[in-house]
Amino acid sequence: MLPKTIKTIVAGLLLGATTLVQAQAAELTVYTAVEAEDLARYAETFNKDHPDIKINWVRDSTGIITAKLLAEKNNPQADVIWGLAATSLLLMKTEGMLEAYAPKGVENLDPKFVDKSSPPTWTGMDAWVASVCYNTVEAGKAGLTPPASWKDLTKPEYKGHVIMPNPNSSGTGFLDVSSWLQMFGEEGGWAYMDGLHENIARYTHSGSKPCKLAAAGEIPIGVSFAFRGAKSKAAGAPLEIIVPSEGVGWDMEATAIVAGTDDLEAAKTLVDWTITKKANEMYNTGYAVVAYPGVAKPVEHFPTNLLEKMIDNDFEFAANNRASILAEWQKRYDSKSEPK
Amino acid sequence: MSDTAQIEIPQGPAIKAKLGKDDWIMRSFIGIIVIYLIIALAFPLYAMLSKAFSTFHYDLTQFEFQVSNEEGKFDGSIFSASRLNDEVSAYAPEELVTGSGGRLAATKFFPDYSFRSPVLYKVRGTSDDAVFVVGSERKVGTEWREADSNLFRKVVFLPVKSSGFGNFTRYFSTPSLVRSIQNSLVISAVSTIITVTLAFGFAYSLNRSCMRFKGIFRLIAMIPILVPSLLPGIALVYLFGNQGILKAVMMGESIYGPYGIIAGSVFFTFPHAMLIITTALAISDARLYEAAVSLRASRWKTFWTVTIPGARYGLISAAFVVFNLVITDFGLPKVIGGQFNMLAVDIYKQVIGQQNFEMGAVVSVVLLVPAMLAFTMDRMVQRKQVALLSARSVVYEPKPNNRFDWGCLAYCSLVAVFILGILGICQYAALIKFWPYDLSLSLKNYAFDLMDGGGWAAYRNSIKLALLTAFFGTIVVFIGAYMVEKTQGFKVGRGIFQFLAMLPMAIPGMVLGLAYIFFFNNPANPLYFIYGTMAILVLCTVTHFYTVSHLTAVTALKQMDNEFESVASSLKQPFYKLFARVTVPVCLPAILDISIYLFVNAMTTVSAVVFLYSTNTALASIAVLNMDDAGDIAPAAAMGMMIFYTNVVARLVHTAVSRGVLQRTQKWRAR
Repeated sequence: MLPKTIKTIVAGLLLGATTLVQAQAAELTVYTAVEAEDLARYAETFNKDHPDIKINWVRDSTGIITAKLLAEKNNPQADVIWGLAATSLLLMKTEGMLEAYAPKGVENLDPKFVDKSSPPTWTGMDAWVASVCYNTVEAGKAGLTPPASWKDLTKPEYKGHVIMPNPNSSGTGFLDVSSWLQMFGEEGGWAYMDGLHENIARYTHSGSKPCKLAAAGEIPIGVSFAFRGAKSKAAGAPLEIIVPSEGVGWDMEATAIVAGTDDLEAAKTLVDWTITKKANEMYNTGYAVVAYPGVAKPVEHFPTNLLEKMIDNDFEFAANNRASILAEWQKRYDSKSEPK
Repeated sequence: MSDTAQIEIPQGPAIKAKLGKDDWIMRSFIGIIVIYLIIALAFPLYAMLSKAFSTFHYDLTQFEFQVSNEEGKFDGSIFSASRLNDEVSAYAPEELVTGSGGRLAATKFFPDYSFRSPVLYKVRGTSDDAVFVVGSERKVGTEWREADSNLFRKVVFLPVKSSGFGNFTRYFSTPSLVRSIQNSLVISAVSTIITVTLAFGFAYSLNRSCMRFKGIFRLIAMIPILVPSLLPGIALVYLFGNQGILKAVMMGESIYGPYGIIAGSVFFTFPHAMLIITTALAISDARLYEAAVSLRASRWKTFWTVTIPGARYGLISAAFVVFNLVITDFGLPKVIGGQFNMLAVDIYKQVIGQQNFEMGAVVSVVLLVPAMLAFTMDRMVQRKQVALLSARSVVYEPKPNNRFDWGCLAYCSLVAVFILGILGICQYAALIKFWPYDLSLSLKNYAFDLMDGGGWAAYRNSIKLALLTAFFGTIVVFIGAYMVEKTQGFKVGRGIFQFLAMLPMAIPGMVLGLAYIFFFNNPANPLYFIYGTMAILVLCTVTHFYTVSHLTAVTALKQMDNEFESVASSLKQPFYKLFARVTVPVCLPAILDISIYLFVNAMTTVSAVVFLYSTNTALASIAVLNMDDAGDIAPAAAMGMMIFYTNVVARLVHTAVSRGVLQRTQKWRAR
């Protein structure tokens, strides 16, 4: 047994050591909706440049993280949001929850990916873009021809063969609806959805499920996003990723500092880093479209014409009308199959 | 009673038994557990109720406009938004009630507004807490802000908080939400009828026939308790979905919707109904059957005049229990419900999908009504059931009857195939590489770490939660039940306790989980620090499954005569010595039953914890939900089966321990 004094000294040393480490390292609580498999890589790459800042991730799906942030409005727990839909960040901006800050080098980004206010409150990372996943095997069995446009999807031949996410629970579903309203106008958009509704087998809760169901042949046509389709295709699904000719809706993953953070300096360092070329190269592994011009390399199985088909998305329209669009959508379609 | 009949007695001092040290200790224990139940149950429910009445509306008196002429000159006249609304009726009063995320467009107050016109607008708030948004810029206060026509269409007002019945009005005027009430009631009623009928047949076969393999059938019938209610949903997709192996059976109908929900509900409620009905059939009096035989009643007549009336309380009780389980279940309709909305799923959609916490609370209140009613009815019926037993009853012994026994065997086999089929297809699908295109076997679906939902860590968390819940839950429940059973006097405290202990059974898991958000996710709450930790999951799970555990403990304790306490106190032994040396050893089988009940339920629960888990405390059952949600159905099935195997192992351990304990501590039971 060790003499008591030695024990005390050892304990004291240990205690000293821990406080020393704590004094060096800042810790940031970062809320994110980035795919789980990418998080460790993001933190690792960041820590290569900034070993003194430790990231504590809090990760969940877009809806849940947004709900969490809104619920913590008066007592924010997060320091930084890194990787959440821009529409969600806009909502938080109008609630006054974000700290305006122009990260170093923000002028290098594609202006589409930066908040218009000055100084901006958020900066974009990458875009996820709507697409249609089309199962060639099952469509062949059902004798379908591949659709080329959104309007094609309302043709009677696709009745019961199309599945899309419910915009009330899925960010992807909402960006589809908001893009149709922007492309076809308010009346035209709703008329289009009335037609589409006739063909929809059902609405799913999540945005990736329609594509996975298409990949599994459960429903031949899934309205989803390109990234998901490319992944399923790589996994061996008989999929074709169709980019409708009218243009496709999109949303971006974005970054912002939460107002009231305990460590503004560390938060700024992190956000500065998230818009660097290096960071954008890192995003490019999964996303074909990133904020830093000239960085993006083609991603396997991604449709090539995707970038030019992205509509000029009005995020403010989407954020400010979100509540009323969703209410209207729910009124029209949210009771698809009633008991007969 | 008339006044004159009363005889005046001089008021003496009220006679009160002197409270000993033991009494005080026991009372403080009751107090502690009552406080626990108030914090874990009553306060959160109150927080939820007040949330349901917390509304948001646009206060139009908060905003003022100025409008320029075509040249862009303002003449200085100011229009209040509320006055404008009175004049042009841009918004009806019910449109001014909204949720926390509501935004009101300013352009509608000006019928001749066009975004091309050269007219300029100025907007301001009339007080310092008026908030509006221009584009995405938040503007607060009374300063005038100018906007040209094109920018003016981006001006929207934010709502202010108030309270009232507004959310309920909005709920009942939204047809898609209200329809869920009817959907939930119909589905629950149909599932109840089917389940109770099937379970009655099964229980009847077990009790009244001499068929073989009764033990095995009894085991198989209990399997659904060991899996989350999501699992039958996933199995049905593989069986009857568009790529399902038995798709032809559906004859073009979709499994996504009422059919799927009913089929799955029958699966997961079957053991509950079967257990209750078995108990009811087991206590039937054989003398009645002898009488029927001597009166030459036909078997058919005996069945309707003796068997059914004898089991009626069991049947009714089973019906209410099943009804309650179906209407409060969330996992199954989420997986297989398609577009068919149910109340429990609506809560999830409102909170997670739309961040509309207030409406989530309203749906919760609506769901509470049928759940509470079913629960109350069940309690009333169960109280009557006990009165049927009489000391002179003779246990019914079935006699062999070849045709009948084979019929029973065939029927039970069918049910067993249904139950085993559901599990089998899940395990099969979990091992398939890429359904339906590559049917080779692989373990790829077990690579949970590559998918949403929390990975293998979620599975470990679930086991941790189950162990913690079983450990702390059993202690709290058993001590609580002991104190409330064995304390003398103290009627008020015990009454409150009994009420609080029964309440959790009437509270749907979704409602409890949501109530926990409102209560614990509040920085002003001293217990705020447990939010997002394993502790809140344990607290919530123990509370959610408190009632059944409590009843098990009370039943065991009731078998022990209160004279033990009297003897102990006359021997001047403190109650805790008696508790440790006599009560606990005698009740050990019941204590083990409570632990396994809590363990299994903590493994399978989804509804109560779906709002409460955090990144570090993701659970296996939630992972099943989230993986299915993301379209990773095969991995979801794989994780569901992991839960099943874990529960089977836990059961086996429980049986082994119980057997060992019985041999060591229950020798006195055998003569």
